[in-house]
Amino acid sequence: MQLPDTEAVYKNLAAKIQADRGKDFALVGIRTGGAWLAERLHRELANSRPLGLLSTSFYRDDFDKIGLHAQVKPSEIPFEVNGAHILLVDDVLNTGRTVRAAINELFDYGRPASISLAVLVDRGGRELPIMAQYLGIAFEFPDEKMLELKQDADGKFSFNLYRKNSPE
Amino acid sequence: MINRNPQLNEHGELQHLLTTEGLPSAILLQILDTAESFVGVTERDVKKVPLLRGKSIFNLFFEPSTRTRTTFEIAAKRLSADVINLNVAVSAQSKGETLLDTVNNLSAMNADMFVVRHAQSGAAHLIAKHVRSDIHVINAGDGSHAHPTQALLDMFTIRRYKQDFRKLRVAIIGDILHSRVARSQIHALTTLGVPEVRVIAPKTLLPKMVERLGVHVYHDMAKGLEGVDVLMMLRLQNERMRGANLPSQEEYFKYYGLTPEKLAFARHDAIVMHPGPMNRGVEIDSAVADGKQSVILPQVTFGIAVRMAVMSILTGNQA
Repeated sequence: MQLPDTEAVYKNLAAKIQADRGKDFALVGIRTGGAWLAERLHRELANSRPLGLLSTSFYRDDFDKIGLHAQVKPSEIPFEVNGAHILLVDDVLNTGRTVRAAINELFDYGRPASISLAVLVDRGGRELPIMAQYLGIAFEFPDEKMLELKQDADGKFSFNLYRKNSPE
Repeated sequence: MINRNPQLNEHGELQHLLTTEGLPSAILLQILDTAESFVGVTERDVKKVPLLRGKSIFNLFFEPSTRTRTTFEIAAKRLSADVINLNVAVSAQSKGETLLDTVNNLSAMNADMFVVRHAQSGAAHLIAKHVRSDIHVINAGDGSHAHPTQALLDMFTIRRYKQDFRKLRVAIIGDILHSRVARSQIHALTTLGVPEVRVIAPKTLLPKMVERLGVHVYHDMAKGLEGVDVLMMLRLQNERMRGANLPSQEEYFKYYGLTPEKLAFARHDAIVMHPGPMNRGVEIDSAVADGKQSVILPQVTFGIAVRMAVMSILTGNQA
């Protein structure tokens, strides 16, 4: 299956956020792929606010089924959430459940003025009424395939597509 | 059936936490890493996450305890679980109910987890063997056997201040004989790769053949503390002493009480820990307990995050 050129998709997403600089966003990346993406956007867009990173492990709705991820990294929100315009960043938008968990977690830090969503790929399959305001590309993948973002030593992005239950 | 660690399920995941003995370092580190994330949660405005919403956790304390019971209660509440505190010492058991009958009754009330403190060694093991496979048991101290969450919060504190376990010299000082905390600490320290664990105590307060646990034995504070990075003090357990282990508390303080003068034998950047409650002027001098090298109060704070980590890891692992 021909995957889209990840770097081109990234540049498209960055340009769309760049074009809409009216709002002074505070960027928050969802670990792990969304965190890489937010770090790079934060640097390349020269965003002046501190970068936030979220780990949604403690807010997931599938905890009863899959338990706690072995490597939970802490969430870091180094700015005042009350009144902030937050741009939530993730690599892949699918069911919408991760974004739901991230929004819930943000509200435990305070009451943001607004939350928008930027994702690299929208692969469909939504189970919740959630949509991205900034989108790199919409691309359908077969249900049984998992899509994840990879980052190489130079910080360049690529997609990895693999069958569920058999990583790589 | 093969004889496996009763704390682990068939996938090798933690099902109950009964002792640090025999737990692989990967599981100990998973608990410490997860606790690190929960420290962040406890520093927020809203100190709660919804992870254990709808779960019922029973604090079963057959022996009095304030700090341990309270930190377990806070940990469970910060995970959004419902907590039921049972001071069993003054309830059903005094009317003649057996331990397992008490547990059966509480299981029938749809318990998801038991946190057990008992004066008898092995009480938590007995309950873990007995309960339905979807119920988790945490040992909050059994007799003089084990107190794993205390040892884990101690490991967490050491890692916070000293980073690498593999470069440390650690001394455990005081009443090793009666201490479940010391046993759990020794197992955790050696599993995490601490190259030199020392115990410092008078002969009457050391278990026989304690060397078999892989520790170096000292009876003298000046020699035992030389070059030490971490001092783990123990409480002198008057309530567990039978017969004359010690001439007097004054005598004990003279030789083993941690004063600024004795602390000076250790490395200048050594940290001082104590599981509480402290006997000031018996095993530790106030000048040390309240001094710059003391991390005794941070231990209490970290204890909540470590217990949150244990509860959420156990709940996520199903038999």
